[in-house]
Amino acid sequence: MSIEPAADEVELRVNGDPRRIRVDPRVTLLDALRDEFGLTGPKKGCDLGQCGSCTVLLDGRRITSCLTFAVMHDGREVTTIEGLGGDPEGELHPVQRAFVDHDAFQCGFCTPGQIMAAVALLDEGHAGDDDEIREWMSGNLCRCAAYPNIVTAIAAAAGR
Amino acid sequence: MSPEDPWIGRPQARVDGPVKVTGTAMYTGDVALPHLAHAVLLQSTVAKGRILGTDVAAAERAPGVLAVCASDGSLGIGPVASYYSADNGPMGDGRTPLSDAVIHHHGQHVAMVVAESREQACAGAELIRVRYREQAPLARIEDAIPQTPPGREDVVRGDLTTGLAVADATVEAYYETPPQHMNPMEPCATTARWTGNRLTVHDSTQHVFGVRAALAEAFGLRPEDVRVLSGFVGGGFGSKGTVWPHVLLAAAAARLVGRPVRLALTRPQMFTSCGVRPPTRQRVVLGARRDGRLTAIAHDGTTATSFGENVVENTGGTTAMLYACPNVTIRQRIVRLDMQAPTFQRAPGRAPGSFALESALDELAHELGVDPLELRLRNHADTDPSSGRPWSSKHLRECYRLGAERFGWDPDDRTPGTRRDGDVLIGSGMASATHEMDPGPAAAYAELRVDGTAVVGVASHEIGTGTYTVFAQIAADVLGVGPDRVFVRLGDTELPEAPPSIGSQTVAYVGPAIRRACEAVRDDLLAGALADPESPLYGREIGTIEFGGDTFVGELSRIGSPSISAIGHAHPDAGSPYAVHSFGAQFAEVAVDARTGTVRVRRMVGAFDIGRVINPRTARGQLVGGMTFGLAQALMEATTIDPRRGHVVEPHLAGYHLPTNADVGALDVLFVDVPDPHIGDVGARGAGEIGVVGAAAAIANAVFHATGVRVRTLPITPDRVVTAGSGLGWGDFGG
Repeated sequence: MSIEPAADEVELRVNGDPRRIRVDPRVTLLDALRDEFGLTGPKKGCDLGQCGSCTVLLDGRRITSCLTFAVMHDGREVTTIEGLGGDPEGELHPVQRAFVDHDAFQCGFCTPGQIMAAVALLDEGHAGDDDEIREWMSGNLCRCAAYPNIVTAIAAAAGR
Repeated sequence: MSPEDPWIGRPQARVDGPVKVTGTAMYTGDVALPHLAHAVLLQSTVAKGRILGTDVAAAERAPGVLAVCASDGSLGIGPVASYYSADNGPMGDGRTPLSDAVIHHHGQHVAMVVAESREQACAGAELIRVRYREQAPLARIEDAIPQTPPGREDVVRGDLTTGLAVADATVEAYYETPPQHMNPMEPCATTARWTGNRLTVHDSTQHVFGVRAALAEAFGLRPEDVRVLSGFVGGGFGSKGTVWPHVLLAAAAARLVGRPVRLALTRPQMFTSCGVRPPTRQRVVLGARRDGRLTAIAHDGTTATSFGENVVENTGGTTAMLYACPNVTIRQRIVRLDMQAPTFQRAPGRAPGSFALESALDELAHELGVDPLELRLRNHADTDPSSGRPWSSKHLRECYRLGAERFGWDPDDRTPGTRRDGDVLIGSGMASATHEMDPGPAAAYAELRVDGTAVVGVASHEIGTGTYTVFAQIAADVLGVGPDRVFVRLGDTELPEAPPSIGSQTVAYVGPAIRRACEAVRDDLLAGALADPESPLYGREIGTIEFGGDTFVGELSRIGSPSISAIGHAHPDAGSPYAVHSFGAQFAEVAVDARTGTVRVRRMVGAFDIGRVINPRTARGQLVGGMTFGLAQALMEATTIDPRRGHVVEPHLAGYHLPTNADVGALDVLFVDVPDPHIGDVGARGAGEIGVVGAAAAIANAVFHATGVRVRTLPITPDRVVTAGSGLGWGDFGG
């Protein structure tokens, strides 16, 4: 017999904006961001934490948002690709700019996740050399295989 | 008439870059609609048998559930037989989803739940109980009897026996390749909405007009009452090239509940719902004179298909045309298994076929003591051996030369197992690459506006290939406005029809339609201007007019017209007396761990002749992507099918290994960049698939050069290297 879990209230601070939502406890953070907050930048590539397309920052650290429930993060700070402040018609975030300049994507589906991982990687200090970038970007799959350009873009954003 | 410094040929940054890097590009699953309901599919846990009963009562009572459908034909989806041919693949027998109790393959859709939320739909689906009468499936290629595909004849040139009799050396070898799944990062998704008898569908597809045709047929609608939209597609690689059952089910669900419905396949469902590259078993026999000239080629390929269709993975397609050889026999056989419908995956036939052929050539080169590159040069085909036709344009020799030079190919260093760097053995290998072009007619729309912007539109697709950008460049050159002022519209059946975005054809065959449409706009405007005494262009010779800048926009402004538009048509290859193929040469350097057999690709160089390179930046992306596809084919990708129960053992990305960033070393791509004079006025040929072709063989050949171990079964996993190497006494394996 099916039991409908009671919706839970949770406050998430998404891209700097605190918002209280009522959400089914089975809803992943990814689905909450996409459906409740209308932030479709984070993508659902596998729903199993295997592809990295849903990567967002949780209190500044990168996570796969499909592998965690929204209700687990009351009061926490979430940053999605939309929160980087880049404007498609104007100024881009430096990492976004580097991705465009170095053609670090093709179909673009994994790109928001790649960029969020790259932003975190730079913050973690893992852009020392190309091999280190390759290793620390390997949680984000790109089937189009823009990998070499992703490395170049991140190195450029790191000022190398 | 082009400006002196054309946009074509420039490494223009992608015009859709800003929306992609900001997460604002809208993919199918991102489309939000009011009152959207969610459909999920339940799939068969058996590979063959019948459904004895489906208990949906608990699911129907579950919170939020709007509808539950068993496989009983109650959805009223009509057959789509005319859209599908048996050789096309999916639902090739016209089988209608959720129509009856027969199970044809593991993972077949057996029920659907529509609910207010995805969570509620999933919870409902878990309550459905399906009882099966399971039969033992035919799951292994070895257990089935090969048959000749209907309507297909063997390729026979000259006489194989004679060719082998005069050979100084022969090679006979067997090669195996596994099933592979396309796994684009975006799982297939469809959002459907009915307005009366009109249907609007957002679909992640490589062919909006194909989806429209199938939906119209399935639901008895006029095609013009179905609109299919697909502005951004998160990769396809063949999995979105045809119309799969879930697309019809999404539309049926929306009709059933009277609301818009989104149906997104899960990653595991992607392994059973939208095609697979079938496994192959291949035998190659080569005969050659002492100097390396081929006297005989035999290539037999046996590939798996389902009982519903006749999909042939054409392993011999490359063999038929790549080398000059008087005696050639190519046989294609299929075996029928209880499996999902196979379909074309990036470089269909050529990816597995070139692995076998180009590995065998390497074996022959070793046998003869001839440099593998030299062997290929000695057998260069100056005309198409399969048709006798001249090539539209071919610079394969230049590809070999450019690639070898950049790679540092050393013809004197061909003894296997001689280069060691600490614990790893180093080797290099090479292979030829080619990909044919399938011409398709296309039409396109162009409009120039007095504000200095232009719009071009065609129902083609952006699947990562740079379509928006390349079409903007083509239009910019004709209309004299910058590509940033050209708005390109794609992926909408309201636009002029284009062929599917498959077969590496978009730039080559749709690009010319864009150009024609823009030229029609320009010529219309000019015709008026030249005849109008008020125009500054009055009475001028066309050849003397400097185009560019605001020549045309100025004219529009002068005549007080807000815009001018036209439709252009192109079918560049129709009736062509030429054989049209792209060519290339692949080089790879590998390091093989002498203790574990682990292979890593240190670097690859690919040199390609794809005609004119419209945009070196996006073209390079296509080739890098293709070569990485080949790297994955060589070293990691394989779908394991349980031999007893016929199910996919690892339907997810932790079990099915795609290459990660750390798996890919330095990739160098070089272009010959000579326009093809016989493929329309754009002069470009296909770039999307050729990068895959030969890449796996170049890597396998490099593994042989590194170790002396010839692995003829893909992927080349450590266990295969160690197993094949044990007994050879090389490296540390010997004991």
